[in-house]
Formats: sequence, C-alpha cells, structure tokens
Amino acid sequence: MHSLSLGVVLFGVWLILSGHYTPLIISLGIVSCGIIVAIMQRMDLIDHEGHPIHLTWGAFSYIPWLIKEIIKANIDVLRLILHPSLKVTPTLLRVKTSQQSDLGKVIYANSITLTPGTISIDVAKGEILVHALTKSGAEDLLKGEMDQRVTKMVGEGK
Amino acid sequence: MIYSAATAALLVTMVLALIRAIKGPSIYDRIVAVNMFGTKIVLMIAVLGFLMGRPDFTDIALVYALINFVGTIAVLKVFKYGDLGRAHDDEEPL
Amino acid sequence: MDWSIIDVVSWVLIIIGGFSVIAGAIGVLRFPDVYTRMHAASITDTLGAGTIIVGLILQAGLTLVSAKLFLILIFIFFTSPTSSFALAHAALSSGIKPILDNDLLKDD
Repeated sequence: MHSLSLGVVLFGVWLILSGHYTPLIISLGIVSCGIIVAIMQRMDLIDHEGHPIHLTWGAFSYIPWLIKEIIKANIDVLRLILHPSLKVTPTLLRVKTSQQSDLGKVIYANSITLTPGTISIDVAKGEILVHALTKSGAEDLLKGEMDQRVTKMVGEGK
Repeated sequence: MIYSAATAALLVTMVLALIRAIKGPSIYDRIVAVNMFGTKIVLMIAVLGFLMGRPDFTDIALVYALINFVGTIAVLKVFKYGDLGRAHDDEEPL
Repeated sequence: MDWSIIDVVSWVLIIIGGFSVIAGAIGVLRFPDVYTRMHAASITDTLGAGTIIVGLILQAGLTLVSAKLFLILIFIFFTSPTSSFALAHAALSSGIKPILDNDLLKDD
C-alpha cells in the first residue's frame, strides 16, 4: 500500500518535471520509479513515518488553517518591522507537546517555525523550546490551539 | 512591467541581505543572510524567466532551491563540528 | 489593453510579495540579534516567496510551468523551517544567548 502510493507520487513528480511524453521516455520513467521503490523497500525506509499517507485527509483541513495563521502572523511581524515605535519583546518559553509520535512532534515544531514570530529551537521529551519575537505571540502559542490541531491531524488516521 | 518591479524589489532585498552578511557580527548572522539571499535568488530566477518570456527557467530555480537547502545545512555542520563526515546523534539536549 | 481579473489579482500578489520581501530585509538589518533576525528572514521565506510564486502561477495558467512553480513553493515551505531550526539550534548550542525581554522559563 505504501509502496504503491510512493510509486504513484514519484511518477507524478517525474511527469511534472520531464515534459517529454513519448512512449519510450514514459516507459523509462516508469522503470526508474520502480527501481527507486525497490531500493527503498530493501533499505526498509517505507513506513508510516517516511511516507505518511494516513495524514492525507487531516492535512486538507490543517493546511488551510496553517496558511491563515501564517498570514496573520506575517502581518503582525511586518507591523513590528515597519512601525518605528513598536519595540520587540523577545521571549524564550517552553511549550508542552501532546503528540506521542516523532512525526507529530516534527509537524508541530515545523509549524511553529513556519509561523513568523516564533521559532522552535530545541525539541526535548514532551516539550519544545520556542523563541518568540513578541510576548503576545508567545501567549498565543501557549493557548495551544496549534497543538490540538496537530494532535487531531496525527491521531485521526490511526 | 510588473516583473521588472518584482526583480527590482528582489535586487534591493539581496543588497540589504549582503550588507547584513558583510556586517554580521557572528557567523550565524552571516548564515541567516546567505540563506535568505539564496531563497531570493530562487525567486529571482523564476521571475526573470517570466520577464524574458522563457518560463523554462523554473527548472533552474527548482534545482537552486535544492542546492540552497543542502548548502545551508552543510555550512552549518562544518561550523558546528569542523567535519562533514561524522554522524552526531550523541549530543546532549540543551 | 484589457486587463482580466486574474492579471490584476496576480499583479497585486506580486506587489505584496515584493513589498514584504523588502520589509523582511529591512527587519534583518534592524533587529538586534541572531534570533530576532531569523524571524525577519522567515517573513521573506513565507509571505514573500508564497505571494510571488502564487502570482506567477496565476500568470502561467494551467501549464507544466505552474506545476513546477508549485513544486518550488512546496519545497520552500518544507525546507525553510528545517534550516531555520538547524540554525537556531546551532546558534544556541554554540553559546549565543538570545537578548530577552522577560524570561518565561522560570514561570512554568
């Protein structure tokens, strides 16, 4: 199941990148995708962590929310940069994570970093060290809405 | 017209990033600036492709995005450990 | 010269992108230390790159070029947090202390 979807994804990327659609070249592409899937199976890299297809449906509701948050945070940081009287109040804080799996922690830490104004610096057991540009940004993060959404997305598919 | 404006904006950004890369007190300031510079190059190659009417340039932009990421990680690893070859998973958490 | 609505939207997006890219660069110059500069650089990676590439995708229409641009966008969105996490982690473990306004570490 994982190998099949990996092959389909690889072939889709190949189709986008190649741009030549003659039967010979397409069959060469299929062969090379097959070889890559076979090598990855031998290396035992195909699992729910390397190729998380169980997250597909959750991601459809999570990614638009994340984009909305990114735009809101961007406007905040842009105001901080361009407004001379607003001062930055850098803050270091620890955020609790409720995800159990490594994959969930990675998604949560990357979402924190992707949102401007907060950067995850260190991931330890059960908590993430975060550097926030402003105190209000840090307080927003401590409310834990992003944490709940990531947990929901990772947990639903299992 | 709009592409020229975007190219100009990207050029101004790249000059500002270069100023930070030259001034930057620590090595990490410089790496931040150079990483940002690389992302701006990716965008500029894409915009230039449209400006010159040759959108095939996006292939080059894609490859540059890959190289920029690997390059940043490699430079960081060299400055942290002084070596590219070893694997380090025994470092203590902060 | 007749302007379609897609053209106008994509121009607005590209202009927003150019503006936010310059603003992020000003932030990189203005902010006081490595960690705060990283926030400013992440603006140019998310809002700047996102709006410029979406604007170009709208200009390209439904072609192979727009698919490649979309791949670039996805790639930037996956690698930019990874490299800034690596940078912040390396900076902290090399002993650069962030300038702090207050320290919530003691509170919880």
